[in-house]
Amino acid sequence: MAEGKPLEQFQDEIAQCVRCGACQAHCPVYLETGREGSVARGKIVLAAAVLAGEAGLDERLHEEIGLCLLCGSCVAKCPNKVPTDAIVAALRRRIVEEQGLSPLGKGVAALTGSKPLLASLVKGADLLAPVLFKKIPATSGLRLRFAPTALKGRSLPPLPERTLFARVPEFLEGDPARPTVGIFAGCALTYLYPQVGEILVRLPHRLGCSVYLPRTQGCCGMPALSSGNGPLVHTLAAANNKAFADRDFDCILTACASCRGMLAGYAAETGRPLPAQLVDIHVFLHQQGMAAQLAALPKWPQRLTVTYHDPCHLRTAGITREPRELLRALPQADFVEMEDAGLCCGLGGTFTAAHPELSRAIGDRKLAGLAASGATVIASACPGCILQLQDIIDRAGLPVRAVHTLELLQQALTESEP
Amino acid sequence: MPMPAEHILHRLADIVGPEHVSVATVDRITHSFDATQRQCLPDVVIHPGGTEEISRIVRLANEERIPILPRGAGSGFTGGSLPVRGGIVLVLTRMNRILEIDTDNLIAVVEPGVVTGRLQREVERLGLFYPPDPASKDFSTLGGNIAECAGGPRCVKYGVTRDYVLGLTVVTPTGNVIRTGGRTMKNVVGYDLTRLFVGSEGTLGIVTQIILRLLPKPEARKTMLVAFAAIDGAAQAVSAIIRGRIIPATLEFMDGAAIDCVRRATDLDLPPDCRAVLIIEVDGDRALLDGQARKILDIIRPLGVLETRVAETAGESEAIWQVRRSVSPSLRALNPHKFNEDIVVPRSRVPEMIRALEALSTRYWVPIVNFGHAGDGNIHVNVMVDLNQPGMDATVHQVLDEIFRTVVGLGGSVSGEHGIGTAKAPYIGMELDPPTLAAMRAVKQALDPNNIMNPGKIFPENGTTAAAGEADPAADPSASDHG
Repeated sequence: MAEGKPLEQFQDEIAQCVRCGACQAHCPVYLETGREGSVARGKIVLAAAVLAGEAGLDERLHEEIGLCLLCGSCVAKCPNKVPTDAIVAALRRRIVEEQGLSPLGKGVAALTGSKPLLASLVKGADLLAPVLFKKIPATSGLRLRFAPTALKGRSLPPLPERTLFARVPEFLEGDPARPTVGIFAGCALTYLYPQVGEILVRLPHRLGCSVYLPRTQGCCGMPALSSGNGPLVHTLAAANNKAFADRDFDCILTACASCRGMLAGYAAETGRPLPAQLVDIHVFLHQQGMAAQLAALPKWPQRLTVTYHDPCHLRTAGITREPRELLRALPQADFVEMEDAGLCCGLGGTFTAAHPELSRAIGDRKLAGLAASGATVIASACPGCILQLQDIIDRAGLPVRAVHTLELLQQALTESEP
Repeated sequence: MPMPAEHILHRLADIVGPEHVSVATVDRITHSFDATQRQCLPDVVIHPGGTEEISRIVRLANEERIPILPRGAGSGFTGGSLPVRGGIVLVLTRMNRILEIDTDNLIAVVEPGVVTGRLQREVERLGLFYPPDPASKDFSTLGGNIAECAGGPRCVKYGVTRDYVLGLTVVTPTGNVIRTGGRTMKNVVGYDLTRLFVGSEGTLGIVTQIILRLLPKPEARKTMLVAFAAIDGAAQAVSAIIRGRIIPATLEFMDGAAIDCVRRATDLDLPPDCRAVLIIEVDGDRALLDGQARKILDIIRPLGVLETRVAETAGESEAIWQVRRSVSPSLRALNPHKFNEDIVVPRSRVPEMIRALEALSTRYWVPIVNFGHAGDGNIHVNVMVDLNQPGMDATVHQVLDEIFRTVVGLGGSVSGEHGIGTAKAPYIGMELDPPTLAAMRAVKQALDPNNIMNPGKIFPENGTTAAAGEADPAADPSASDHG
């Protein structure tokens, strides 16, 4: 299938839902709205009704199908593992196919239709204009997530002058006996948080790995998937596959949970898995003995109190232990667990742009646990979560900084105690 | 039921605000089902915000003879929240405030949309305890738990939902607001209407506020898994423990078929010849638990015990419970269609009931997987079939019919904690004789003269029951596939 699996082919998965309602306990949107249409079970029943011709693709249906973060929490907890995220994505594609893109999805679709994709990606990457929108390629999911309307009143990091591609070379040669790793940085770590992207590149190199950051990589496609843009997902998947096709990698590393989730879904979504095994940077560093290396460092006398927020797309992939063990080993910090660490931050691809208030209300559910933990730093493994967390923290006036886990690792390895 | 007239919709919108009333197809579809997998479309979906609004809506519905029913999480197993005659579905999820936790009088006052697990977490923070723990507690609501009188594993020691409800605010089917019971343990003023409404399946009124009794939280608990060579030993162990004057907090069992299912799905670390498992948990003062656990193990040792495992840490306890939790999802590997019945017998009759179920399984060649709350005699009987096989529909009904007859013969009940709804209405006549049913109908008629409040539930339609040898197609449990 060129455009993603159509809704018709989800009949069996839809029939697997026994409507027990267990998803209600895990859906961040339902916990806020309390409405059956928000939760997986309601959406699956709607998908069945659309297939049976009992429900049309009307405005109310758009609203309900729009109310999904694609976080996968329901799938992870479903007794029958019904892939609601994939079913919602198929419903959104169906809506786009029949009725065209929403205003939110339209900008990107128009921009990608005309130019050769790779050229625009590379060109976009070279732009160093000071304004966010001139600097981010048209195909990047950031454009969907942070359209000017969505940015109103939001705390944003100061925009860096140099993108990741201007900060590190395309190839860093390491010890030939050590692994060769590819880096998939993703839009946020390329343009918004290039300093974190740089750690993602330099830390494996520091461990002796040869590191390759192909310049032709683009957006992972998560926001395009979220907005029902099947063709764009395929274009991006093809481009990213090509970007990593000309070398042999032991693995491809990511430090953005959402990108990882999307890339891991390439096989099912587009039939084109990436050419090497996808590994989250925390898992990789853990395998390389980083926790022991950190634990051997002398403890700093003055330490931060750090807690951790589980990004949905790592939590639902079962990656919860490795980031925590790395944080526990830090010499400059004391790790504390916070209540509701696994609750979604509410950002969710294009969700925050389409539903800014609901997105914040979902995020605000993190505040009580965060405040009670006593942490002054909250680490996470996804730049989207970090952005959202800092926003809800700032609005609540809490004295807490949201950082990427990698920033703390870098600090431990490069700075000496004060 | 046709769509209510425009002027009625306007009045409903005036009462709750237009954003909380919908006649959109999408909303009607998303409120057309529960965990039975049957679907019936309502005409109007309303999310009311309080008692006063509900009273005005119900009054209007009564005047206009529009069927109306309350809905919480919609996770019931017997069709209690299915709008079988259309009309209005009142979704109570907006009313989800915990109004008060009174640590002096050990009570909580809550709205019906509060999720049970949330209340439990909140009271446990204060060292208190709300024991009823239906498997759905992380998503089912207290209003729904009251409507069905939900149970759970802990009921063997702590009782069911009705044992914790001290008082209710109820909107009756004519729109009156009444208050039953109160904030005290003792209260004998007038009829005990609180108990009447608990378990009434939304047919007598809509609960809008709840006063619950709380307990001090037990200091500690200890979990044990005991593997038996035969189901008989496990069943006898249940009676022996109770006879030994020990009431564990939970006393769950799994039969050989359930163990086989789990073995297929996970790496189950149990002796290969194990044909039954008991999961026993004791709770209370930490100092007493070791002695209790030892006493239980001494009592059951002669009954064919192959292995015992006592959890020393929270992690080990969790691993034991994981075994029990993995049964339900693993059943589908057996056959695609599941008929999940929640029969209950006096606990001394559990061995007989289990033997009867094994005999039925053999006689009809259908897998029957049994597990559940053996300690209070409440067994989850799962008849696993493939309805695509010719004649299977008739066979499964014959099996269910025989199961229920056996249950009633042993002095048990056809439903321990799921309720009657539509799914079990054909069988109610097996257990309740005509005068008893007539008394119940009289109560319903007195409170709901126009039969608008959740009509079509509990009582068999047209007077037919399975006891009379006729099945009610509207309440055909073959349409259900319980999770």
